[in-house]
Amino acid sequence: MIRTAKLVARKDLRIELRSRVLAWQVLPFGVMALLLCGLALGPNAAGRSHAGPGLFYIVVTLMALLMINRSQAIESNKGTKASVATLGLDPAGVFLGKAAALTLEMWFASGVLLVGTVLFLHVDRAKTLVATPSIAVTIAALSLAGTLYGALTSSQNSTVTLLPILALPAFAPLLIAGERSYSAEVYGGGSQVWWSLLLIALVAYTSIGVLLYGVMEES
Amino acid sequence: MMTELSRRALGPLSLLLLALTFWLGYFVTPPDQVQGDLVRLLYIHPAMAWVALYVSFGTATVASAMYLWPRTRSDALDRIAHSAMEVSVFFIALTLITGSIWGRPTWGVWWAWDARLTSTAILGVFALGYLALRRANDDREVRARRSAVFAILTAINVPIIHFSVIWWKTLHQGASVFTSNRTLKVHGSMAFTLLLSFVAFTLTFFWFLRIRYRIEVARDHQSHRKLVSSIEQRRNEVPAS
Repeated sequence: MIRTAKLVARKDLRIELRSRVLAWQVLPFGVMALLLCGLALGPNAAGRSHAGPGLFYIVVTLMALLMINRSQAIESNKGTKASVATLGLDPAGVFLGKAAALTLEMWFASGVLLVGTVLFLHVDRAKTLVATPSIAVTIAALSLAGTLYGALTSSQNSTVTLLPILALPAFAPLLIAGERSYSAEVYGGGSQVWWSLLLIALVAYTSIGVLLYGVMEES
Repeated sequence: MMTELSRRALGPLSLLLLALTFWLGYFVTPPDQVQGDLVRLLYIHPAMAWVALYVSFGTATVASAMYLWPRTRSDALDRIAHSAMEVSVFFIALTLITGSIWGRPTWGVWWAWDARLTSTAILGVFALGYLALRRANDDREVRARRSAVFAILTAINVPIIHFSVIWWKTLHQGASVFTSNRTLKVHGSMAFTLLLSFVAFTLTFFWFLRIRYRIEVARDHQSHRKLVSSIEQRRNEVPAS
């Protein structure tokens, strides 16, 4: 399973490195969205508002939806699915590999967005660094959930429009937990409950994905 | 024959019990000491929530899990899951609407960002997502399999809704029928009406489920007939050699 996961993750990352969709399309969109959020707050409020962590996660969600669609689109090329199926790869490994690749891509994208959050929304830099572990766990949980929901909607005519309806309600608790723990580090407050929720989600989505990914991909 | 009779009686019995619940709740039971006449809405709201969250979602989840299990897999289970989820959307909407009507005079707002309310609304979106997922898939088997997985994923939200009033500080009250020692907090005609509403709405759910299931069977038969006639038509178009 781990061998398959490594193989699939390497394949997805290599495709991403060659196509540069993340670097040339998704990231500029994310930075633009963050700037628009700052503009919506207004020049005076942007620096004083406590909305920074929340806005960061809104942009992360938008980017995640794009990245999940992208991750599934790689598999939906004619014959790709059939050829992967004939290789006899362990579906649990495929799930973990795709989720790992998506997590790495999302970590990179969020790193850039965090710089933007500190620069444009004036969130404290040192405290943001302290919040990095909780952000990393939230992104990993989002990627795992996203891979699962992406597989549910893959190879369908309306994948792009269907994914947000299915995934956003599932993302909601993760986003709340991520935002609250980030805010707790920056503006004070307890983050233990949110950490627990994130870790439970991480374990739950990993287990469900490992158990059910094969059922969804079966044809 | 008895089964057929009980099936036929399900609809009229549900209607009768619903009518009795409304009559008792509106005319017979006394107003509450604190809430006054507003309490009358609570003879239907908890029962609707019970059906929406536990009965329909429970039915959909169990049927979905059984569909995924190779030994019990059957089209009937897929139809049951679909029908239960559709009925669930109806009851979730009713739960939110009646809760909102009760909330306006009690809390002063139609909607509060309360953990119980928000998680129930999220469950409603999940249920709508389930129906959207089914419509997006043409292949029957893929549709059934993916919907089953999604139903199981969605069911995770139900315990969150149930325990939300304990885990978070909420406006929505906690358990109001039983105390922590499992003794009744409500008595007399109020308790009877409340209990009756649970029975009435549960029976109504099964009545709706049965109707929805029959529609689904008829739809499947129709699509099968269409397929057969298309094949037949195509055969006739081919000139005999």
